[in-house]
Amino acid sequence: MGTIDQIAMELAAAGTEGSVAVVAVEDLHKSFGSQQVLNGINLTVSRGETLAVLGRSGTGKSVLLRLIIGLQKPDSGSVRIHGQNIAGLALDRIGEVRVKIGFSFQYAALYDSLTVAENVAFPLRHHRREMSKSEQADRVKQLLAEVGMEKGLEKMPSDISGGMRKRVGLARALALDPDILLLDEPTAGLDPISSSEIDDLILKLQAERHMASIVVTHDLHSAKTIANRLALLNEGKVAIEGNFEALQNSGIEFVREFLKHS
Amino acid sequence: MIHQEATAVVDVGGPRLPGLRTFLTSARAGFSLGMIREFLEWFGDLGVFVWHVICAAVTPPFEFRELFRQLDEIGSKSFPLVALAGAATGVVISLEARYSLTRFGAKSLLPAAIVFSVIHEMGPIMTGLVVSGRVGAGIGAELASMKVTEQIDAIEASAVNPYRLLVVTRIVACILMLPLLTLAADACGLVMGWVAQALAEPLSFHQFISSGFKGANFSDFLPPTFKTAVFGLIIGLIACFQGMRTRGGAEGVGRAATNSVVLSSLFVILADVVLVKIIIIFFP
Repeated sequence: MGTIDQIAMELAAAGTEGSVAVVAVEDLHKSFGSQQVLNGINLTVSRGETLAVLGRSGTGKSVLLRLIIGLQKPDSGSVRIHGQNIAGLALDRIGEVRVKIGFSFQYAALYDSLTVAENVAFPLRHHRREMSKSEQADRVKQLLAEVGMEKGLEKMPSDISGGMRKRVGLARALALDPDILLLDEPTAGLDPISSSEIDDLILKLQAERHMASIVVTHDLHSAKTIANRLALLNEGKVAIEGNFEALQNSGIEFVREFLKHS
Repeated sequence: MIHQEATAVVDVGGPRLPGLRTFLTSARAGFSLGMIREFLEWFGDLGVFVWHVICAAVTPPFEFRELFRQLDEIGSKSFPLVALAGAATGVVISLEARYSLTRFGAKSLLPAAIVFSVIHEMGPIMTGLVVSGRVGAGIGAELASMKVTEQIDAIEASAVNPYRLLVVTRIVACILMLPLLTLAADACGLVMGWVAQALAEPLSFHQFISSGFKGANFSDFLPPTFKTAVFGLIIGLIACFQGMRTRGGAEGVGRAATNSVVLSSLFVILADVVLVKIIIIFFP
C-alpha cells in the first residue's frame, strides 16, 4: 500500500476519482463505557459530493467526524480515506492522511494565543516549509478573502464574532487544499443571515474546489441547501440516506417525526 | 412500660445496625478500591504519555520556534520571582546561621555556612518550588484550556503532532532553564546573605566570598545546580500530563492547574531526597 498522496494521484490519473468513494465508512462501532454511540454505520462520499449527517443531539454525529479524521479510534469497523484504512495507523502515518482533510470545528477551535492570520498560517507553517514568509502571508490573505474576511487579520480570536470565527476556522481548514472537508455544525449558534452566508460560502467553495464534504448539522434547512445527499442517524445507525425528497417520502416513523420538528 | 419501649427502640435499631455496618464497610472498601484504581490508572496513563513524548522528542521535525518561545516564557519571565525568592532565602539563612553559630562559638564559619546552604540545597529547592508554582500552574492551565476548547484536537487535525509541538518544547525548556534560574537564585541568595551579614558586622564582599568558598570545589557546586534539570523534567512532565488529560470545562481547567502545582511540588521534593543521596554517594 503506497502513501495517501500516491493513492490519490493514481486515482486522479486514472480519472476514476469522481466515481469511487473518497471516504468510505464501513460497519463503524463506537461506545463510551456502556453507552453505544455508533452501532454499525455505513457511509460513502465521492469527490465533489456533499453529504449532510443529521440526527438528534447525542446520536454520535460529531463522534463520526472525529473517527473519520482519526481523533478517536473506533471499537470496530473501518474508515477508508482514498482506500486506505486509517483505523490502525500510528500517529505520524495518520498525519499523512490528515493533510488531505480539512476539519472545521463546531466552535472553530481557533488558537487563542495567535492572531487570525497566524491561525490560518498555522498549517502552512508546519506543512509548507518550502514557502517563504511573504508567500505564506499572501496565501493567508487569499484564503481569508475566499471566506469573506479581508479585514481584521491581526485581531485575536476573542475579538471577533462567532460567525467570523467560523469563517476563520474554515479558512484554516482549507489552507492545505484538502480533498475532503469535514464541517461540524457550521451554522450552529449563528443568526439566520449569518447561517445563510455560511451556507452560500460552503456552496461556493464546493463549486470551486470539488471536495468530498461531510457536514454534520441540526439545521435541516442548511442541510437541504448545501448537501447532495442526507443521512439521518438514529440509535447509532443510519435510519435513512438519500436526497431531501427521499426523506420527505419516507414512511419511517422517526424520519417523519424528525422532519415534523425541524 | 419503659422497659418495653426501650426494648422496642433496641428492636427497631437492632436489625438496622448490621445493614449500616455493611453499608459503611462496603462504602469504605469501594472508596479504597476506587482510590487504588485511580492511582493505578494515573500511573498507566503517565506511562503511555511518556512513551508518546519520547517518540515525539526523537523524531523530526523539531519545533525550535516554539522551544525558543517557551525558553523565554519559562526562563526570563520566572527570573524576577526566582531572584526574589533566592534573595529572601539568603537573608533568612544569614540571620538564622548567625544566631546558631554565635551560640556555639563558630561565628567564623558563617560565610561558609551561608554559601554551602545556598548552593547545596536552598537555591536549588527554592527554584524548583517557585518554578513548580509559576510554570506548573501556567502550563497545566494553558494546556487544559486548549484541551477543553478543542485547540489540541485542531492541532492534531492539522496533521501536527501536539506532543511534539506543545509537550516536548515545554519539557525541554524546563530542563534547560531550571539550572540557569538556580544560578540566579544562588547569586541573589549569596549577595543578600552577605548584605544581611554586613549589616550586622562589617565585612567586604570579597572577604565573604573568599571565606565562604574556602575549601569548596566544583563538585560542591555543579551537581546541586544540575540536579535542578531533573526538577525541570518533573515540572514539565507533570504539568503537561495534567493539562493534556483534562476533561470537563472550567472546573477541569482549575483542577488541572491545581494538580499540576501540587503534584509537581511534591515530586520535586521527593526527587530531591533521592538526588541528594545520589550526589553524596557519587560526589563525596
